[in-house]
Amino acid sequence: MSWTIADVALTSRFFLGSAGYPSPEILHAAIKASGTDVVTVGLRRQLGSDNGFIPALLDTGVRLLPNTAGCRSAREAVTLAQMARELLGTHWIKLEVVGDEHTLQPDPFELLLATEALVKDGFEVFPYCTDDLVTCQRLLDAGCRILMPWGAPIGSGQGLLNPWALRTLRARLPGATLVVDAGIGAPSHAALAMELGFDAVLLNSAVAQAVDPVRMAAGFAGAIAGGRAGFEAGLLVPQDMAVASTPVSARPFHL
Amino acid sequence: MNEITVTLNGQAHQLPAETCLAELLQRAGVDAQALATAVNGEFVPRTQRNERRLQAGDTVLGFQAIVGG
Repeated sequence: MSWTIADVALTSRFFLGSAGYPSPEILHAAIKASGTDVVTVGLRRQLGSDNGFIPALLDTGVRLLPNTAGCRSAREAVTLAQMARELLGTHWIKLEVVGDEHTLQPDPFELLLATEALVKDGFEVFPYCTDDLVTCQRLLDAGCRILMPWGAPIGSGQGLLNPWALRTLRARLPGATLVVDAGIGAPSHAALAMELGFDAVLLNSAVAQAVDPVRMAAGFAGAIAGGRAGFEAGLLVPQDMAVASTPVSARPFHL
Repeated sequence: MNEITVTLNGQAHQLPAETCLAELLQRAGVDAQALATAVNGEFVPRTQRNERRLQAGDTVLGFQAIVGG
C-alpha cells in the first residue's frame, strides 16, 4: 500500500542506509531484498574515483536521501546540504548535526538553526533529532514536515530505549511524518516502532553488519510491514487479567 | 607573474594570481562534474567556478558522494 512523504508516493516504509556492506554486490542485493524506495548516502572530502558502491546503489533506481554526517555546526551542515543538492540532484536532506562525540546525540540548537536556513533555501529537511517533544515542535515550527527521532544512539542496536517518549511524539504531533532513525538492532525493534504508529523506520548497521545482510534486509521488510499492519488494524489493548477467548458455558462438566 | 599558493583537499597548488576555481580543478586533473566544491568553508556552485577567483591561502575542498547511514 502506498503512502506519501514530502509529496512523494512511496510503497515501502523501510529507509535503508548504504554504509558498511561487505561488497557493492551485497549492497545492491540488500536494497532489492528490502524493497526500499529510499537509501541514505553521505558526502566526503575526496577527489578520486568511487570504489563501486555508489554505482551499485544508483543501479537500483532508489531515491537518494543524502546526509550531513560528520557536521558539528549549523554552518557546516548547511554547506554540506548545498553540496549534496548539487551533486545528487535532490532537495531532500537528512540533517545531522552532532553535539556529543560519545553518544552522537544531535545538537538541538544547531539543528534548529540549520533547519531554518535550509527550509528557507528550499530544502525538504529530514532532521535526525532526539525524542524530545519540545525540540520536535520547534523543528516543525521551523518548517519541517518530517521528524526522525532516534530510537537509541547510532549503530548501538539497542532498539527503542524510550517507547514512552516516542508514543508521546506520535500522540502530540499527529500531523507530522515520523521516522525512527538510529539504534534499531533487530526486526522486532522496527516492528515495535511501526506498531507505535511511526510512519517509517530508517536503519543501516543492523542490515549491513548482519552475517547475511540480504536475508536481514528481507527480515526487516517483513517486520516493518507487519508492524504497520498491526497499527492500522488496531492492536489489542493489554489488560492485567485473563479474558477468556473460547465462548464456553462456564465449566464443561458442571451443570 | 605573481604566484599564489592554495590548497585543494590539503594538497598545496602553486597558481598564477587570479586563477579561478574551475582552472584549479582542471590543473589538478580531477573530474570537476563529479565534485561539489567549497572555498574557505563556503559552497561554490558549479555555475560560479569560473567567476570565483582564488586568493593566496584559500582552502579549497572537493566532496563526492559516498555510502552513508
